[in-house]
Amino acid sequence: MSELTLKANIDRPDDFYADLLAAHEGLSKAESDALNARLIFVLANQIGDREVLRQALAAAKQAMHRDPARS
Amino acid sequence: MTKIFETPLYPYERTKDQDAAEPVRHPVVVIGAGPIGLAAAIDLARHDVPVVILDENDKVSWGSRAICFAKRPLEILDRLGCGQEMVDMGVQWNLGKVFFGDRKVYDFNLLPEEGHHRPAFINLQQYYFEEYLVNRARVLEAEGKPINLRGGSKVTAVDAKDDGVLMTVETPDGPYRIIADWVIACDGAGSPVRSMMGLDFVGRVFEDNFLIADVVMEAGFPTERWFWFDPPFNKGQSALLHKQPDNVWRIDLQLGWDIDKEKEKKPENVIPRLKAMLGEDAKFELEWVSIYTFQCRRMEKFRHGRVIFAGDAAHQVSPFGARGANSGLQDTDNLIWKLKLVMEGKVPETLLDSYDAERVHAADENILNSSRSTDFITPKSDQSRIFRDAVLDLAEHFEFARPIVNSGRLSVPATYDGSPLNGPDVDEMPRRTRPGAPAVDAPVGNGWLLSRLGDRFQLMTIDAEAPDRIDVSGIEVERLELSAKDDPSGALAERYLGDAQAGIYLMRPDQHVAARWTKFNEAELRSAVNTATGRI
Repeated sequence: MSELTLKANIDRPDDFYADLLAAHEGLSKAESDALNARLIFVLANQIGDREVLRQALAAAKQAMHRDPARS
Repeated sequence: MTKIFETPLYPYERTKDQDAAEPVRHPVVVIGAGPIGLAAAIDLARHDVPVVILDENDKVSWGSRAICFAKRPLEILDRLGCGQEMVDMGVQWNLGKVFFGDRKVYDFNLLPEEGHHRPAFINLQQYYFEEYLVNRARVLEAEGKPINLRGGSKVTAVDAKDDGVLMTVETPDGPYRIIADWVIACDGAGSPVRSMMGLDFVGRVFEDNFLIADVVMEAGFPTERWFWFDPPFNKGQSALLHKQPDNVWRIDLQLGWDIDKEKEKKPENVIPRLKAMLGEDAKFELEWVSIYTFQCRRMEKFRHGRVIFAGDAAHQVSPFGARGANSGLQDTDNLIWKLKLVMEGKVPETLLDSYDAERVHAADENILNSSRSTDFITPKSDQSRIFRDAVLDLAEHFEFARPIVNSGRLSVPATYDGSPLNGPDVDEMPRRTRPGAPAVDAPVGNGWLLSRLGDRFQLMTIDAEAPDRIDVSGIEVERLELSAKDDPSGALAERYLGDAQAGIYLMRPDQHVAARWTKFNEAELRSAVNTATGRI
């Protein structure tokens, strides 16, 4: 069974982060929300494996609970 | 012209039960002469089980209502002897379009699998469907089969006891009482029988209203299913256009929650909505208008002693996916053979509890699917709308997103995984025909496999030896001898053998697989028959 990678796996993360910001540049909140949603589906389709996706959802949720400013 | 749904088809007639001093006893009473009640009664009568059907009305359903009938119910109707009329009259379709806002996002073709007698779906008004069932009941009656359809007969009291069910029936001549050994309640989502027995019906209510308009028009639209998300003519809502026979078109418009239903139903309000959709110049006539809300819910148990619930009376789903009438027909398909064996005293009464187990499982599957369709079509939060719209935007450009678009997952039969009736399986055989699955049709010789299955236990052998007949304590199992060579297309082998060289299938009377092996073993067969009939 496949396992979600939670170790650093993005080549040149600063570049990816800049690309992400650039993609959202000049967009309204609604347009950005829509772009993010489309991006989730594109990435999820690339992953495909339901078990990995399940782990990804869990990891994203887990990180939210760890945020001390909001707890 | 008087429409079929305005014509009394089974007007009230006085029966001798009304003159009897004591309530007359009947083996089976079916309450409700809708599609499910009629199918149940026809199946019983075909097997010479006397049945009385009671219905407060005397006509088929008003308006088209259920319009989409799937392959499995058509196969059940073939077994009941009236599938051909439905298919001949029905509109067949495979193509569809999905629109988002003012643009078409994609086309689809259902591309039904080859090698099946029946199409994936037909569209047919419920009134025709019921009319053909009434006709079938009349033919059986004329052949001397014990079926008695009583219109104008409203059940107003039900007293379910351990040894029978006492009912009061209201008629134009006043009330009378009858007793039934068994009652099948097919009296719809609002089931008065369920209420009279004080039984639960819980689930999820969807806060939305839909306007259904059936219009008669000579239109240039193709025979396709068109579905709109957030169209310009119905902002923020959804719409559906689908063709039925006789140039009747089904139009379904989501209206939202805060509306005045009576006002919205008036033609002066409906017609402008339809013109906005069909064009100002469209010429059409309104045949039927209705506003519905819906719920996804079911009874906790479908069997309550000698009263057994089927169809919408037992479970209700949203209309997306055509899972109402289609699943109801599968209820009675599952129930009738079991009830017959119990009535003959050949199997323990507890076999009927497997109806509960198998059809509750199917109802849960239908509720899950139709709830998910509803959540996609009518997003319940800002975030769910963002995701929904993202899928539709992606679907316009990329194929990968199209399977995520959910405008109704059309009805497919349940496989009774985990059923107490299931026997042994073989790993190298195809999953789709595993124990619990409905038989998959395939070409056989000059005909079709499914026309040779049903109504009794059968041992289907494919390139394998077995006795022609085996009696298992009063239940006769008849061999159906086949060879992979009977189907040059290879579908039979692909669907039933897979990697195996030979196959032996124990088939139930409802054409579901009970057990399978690669070679015959009498002890194992006997054990599987006993398992499949609730004896173990």
